[in-house]
Amino acid sequence: MSAAAAESGDIQAIVDRGFGSLRAARYLLLRVINPAAARAWLRGLTVTSLANARSHRVSRVDQIAFTAAGLRTLGFAPDSVPGFAPEFLDGMAGDERRSHRLGDAGENAPQYWDWGAGEKEPHVLLILLSTEEAIEALETQIVSALPAAGCTLLALNRSNTRVGHEPFGFADGVSQPALDWEGTLHPGGVRDRIYRNRLAMGEVLLGYPNEYGFVADHTAKGIGRNGSYLVYRQLEQDVRGFWQWLAQAAGPDGAGVLAERMVGRTMDGAPLDGLPETPVEGTQDRDNSFTFAADPDGIACPIGAHVRRANPRSSDDPQGRRGFFRDLLSSAGLKGTAIHDAVAAARFHRIVRRGRSYGPAMSPGEAMAAGEDAPLEPSGIHFICLNANLARQFEFVQGAWISSHNFAGLSGESDPLLGHRKPVNGGMATDAFSHVDRQGCPRLIGGLPRFVTVKGGAYFFLPGLKGLAAILAD
Amino acid sequence: MGQGQLFVAGVLRHGVMPELSALLATMNAAPGQADPVNPLVPFGRIASLHVARFIVLEDPSLPDRLIAPTLPVHEPTRLAFIADFDGTPDGLIADLVAIAAPGLRRIFGHCADFRDDTDLLRWLHAHRIRSAATYVNWRGRSAAQVREEAALHDVLRTARLAHPRASPEQLMPILRAAGAAVTLNPVAAPPVAWRIGETAHFLLLPVAAIALAPLLLPSLPFLAILLRWRETRDPVIAPTPSRERNRTLSALEDHDITNQYSAIGSLKPGLFRRWLTIAILWVIDWGARHIFGKGRLARVNTIHFASWTFLDEGRRVLFASNYDGSREAYNDDFINKVAFGLNLSFSNGLGYPRTRWLILDGARHEQDFKRYLFHHQIPTQVWYKAMPGLSTYDMARNTRIRRGFENPPSGAALRRWIAEI
Repeated sequence: MSAAAAESGDIQAIVDRGFGSLRAARYLLLRVINPAAARAWLRGLTVTSLANARSHRVSRVDQIAFTAAGLRTLGFAPDSVPGFAPEFLDGMAGDERRSHRLGDAGENAPQYWDWGAGEKEPHVLLILLSTEEAIEALETQIVSALPAAGCTLLALNRSNTRVGHEPFGFADGVSQPALDWEGTLHPGGVRDRIYRNRLAMGEVLLGYPNEYGFVADHTAKGIGRNGSYLVYRQLEQDVRGFWQWLAQAAGPDGAGVLAERMVGRTMDGAPLDGLPETPVEGTQDRDNSFTFAADPDGIACPIGAHVRRANPRSSDDPQGRRGFFRDLLSSAGLKGTAIHDAVAAARFHRIVRRGRSYGPAMSPGEAMAAGEDAPLEPSGIHFICLNANLARQFEFVQGAWISSHNFAGLSGESDPLLGHRKPVNGGMATDAFSHVDRQGCPRLIGGLPRFVTVKGGAYFFLPGLKGLAAILAD
Repeated sequence: MGQGQLFVAGVLRHGVMPELSALLATMNAAPGQADPVNPLVPFGRIASLHVARFIVLEDPSLPDRLIAPTLPVHEPTRLAFIADFDGTPDGLIADLVAIAAPGLRRIFGHCADFRDDTDLLRWLHAHRIRSAATYVNWRGRSAAQVREEAALHDVLRTARLAHPRASPEQLMPILRAAGAAVTLNPVAAPPVAWRIGETAHFLLLPVAAIALAPLLLPSLPFLAILLRWRETRDPVIAPTPSRERNRTLSALEDHDITNQYSAIGSLKPGLFRRWLTIAILWVIDWGARHIFGKGRLARVNTIHFASWTFLDEGRRVLFASNYDGSREAYNDDFINKVAFGLNLSFSNGLGYPRTRWLILDGARHEQDFKRYLFHHQIPTQVWYKAMPGLSTYDMARNTRIRRGFENPPSGAALRRWIAEI
């Protein structure tokens, strides 16, 4: 089997890169009215392959993905083609139990979304990336073509902001797995008792060996190979509410420090003080050369901090690699404690993030000073991630880590940024955040409001170029 | 001393499923989640209960026996009641009969040999099945202790939340005053006789190993060859999951931090697999009793109670567990931490993903393994948990908090103690 690198002509470029130099993005969520016209129009778009992006500097990127509802409408019956992921076929908003697990409850429930559920479920996602100068014309050109293309525009989501920062003011997208494009990684075994950042290709692209060393099922007839599942969630951020709550909880001078503890990084994206620099295979970046192994009790970085929930950087065994017999004892559960082994083997739960933020930039100071009823343009993140196994990657990270009220054995807490704060069965609140302050004093803050609201979301299939052609064939 | 487990099962009369399902559903407050005060079996009135379930053992994997013609095509469909509680099975049966006799008669009345004049107490005793292996997250921690320690945690946490800026030293008297309102009955030390019995049982394994060594060691090469011969030839049955059935199962899940799990399947045919399973489950039971009784089953920390039970003269096994988190996370945790243990305990199952040397591969075939599990998972019609919202971590932490409350720490230990509240 060839390495993914050799098939870059068949892979949509966004799998490998976020194109941060193209500062403007448009996410067009379309519904198909006339399948034949839509297929013909979509066939005419030039989808940017990774080979294109590698051979020259591109000034425009077009990427296409479909929901299961979209494939059905286009006449490509995904339910009768074996190999599509059941989560994809069900859809993000298709089942109350799934919504519950993903934290899409209360005000986050799909029924309140701007797009993603029921009649507002998109069929096609068209991603356009370009320069700020060129994007308006591009947008006009595409939107004006839609009526003839048999599509209606469900939502046109724009992002013109600095790539790599999110509206609360923090660096974003700092940690990304390094994909094994050359196919040289051999996962499993004793080496994975140490955390690494390099990730098997099959965790992102269908048709390649994954972290278990196996090629998982994917859609036959060449449609699945070189494809990926794209998760899109629109997360609206209450920037004013966030900073004003912080100022109230910690004082205007302490707000930044508390915010950094909630996020788990400094505003610039650096690891928090007290996390020693550690070599991590698959990254040279200082901001990613650390783990939480030396901080099992969350003194330096709170256990429930957002980045620690999103990626606990745990190896297969928190005891690490200590020689055959000690490893054996540890594997049998005879070393260490339960609470320090609550979250293991992060390598099975990595995602590649390609999202961008939207809305006006506002500094923490401006947000704290903003009046209660000053009109503010909404801001947030178009969260986009790629993975090969929706259940084990995105849904696990979102469900078992981010929105879990028992992440790493915690209780009474939810993700300090993303939590919906609804109490759990049994009545326990989930609106607290615990951390250890700079003086080493344990702190518990209750009553965190909801800072982020889900405004839309869907699971898409991002096919390879051959798969795309097969889907769009008449 | 300690927790007990009860497994009662009766063969259902033909065609009663719709009626029985409807009856069982009346006991629930949410899909599959027992109402503690339901009139049929008001679980909440039995203070010794930790978890309990009523489940119809309808085996969707019986058609797999096409590849094992020596096994009978049909097996009876049973209704099972499984419970984990403090005390002895006899005691629980007596409590059940005292509190819920009419309800139990209506439920078990769907069984073939249960008549209007059947003596309920005797019937329950007669239909007990002793599980081959049971696991308890924390041996000897009673339901009353869990409740008291949770109540202590609640008041201490409330006090802590009310004083967000207090230093640990300032907080300590506040916490002590708040906690004083909570009744904490002393945890009884195990009686001497019980400890002697446990030690004797502990010695069984090494004694048996030494006694059987002269027999086992010479036959080991032959057994190994036999094992490898079987392992390379036994077929794998791991069909693509049905989305419809997945919805049925997941409708019953994630209502609480804890979920029930039930899976049923046939053993591979032949005496070799039968005896191997008996030996392995005996060792698992021994390990659960003597090694893994303090919060972890090997490296898996999220199981409250689990049991492995033979059915039909050992042709089938039912695995039942109560675990924290969602099903997919439970599967992942298992695969990533104790694939060897899964292989040991389940690889004698018909259609299990291919293993090497009993413990290698197997569950590491993630996709096949998850499909195999799904193929064997069956819905639990009624599931009761006495402590809603509490995870295994919560219960262990609450015990640590109680210890610190009763023996106040100072300095760095005080900070660690407060951080846990």
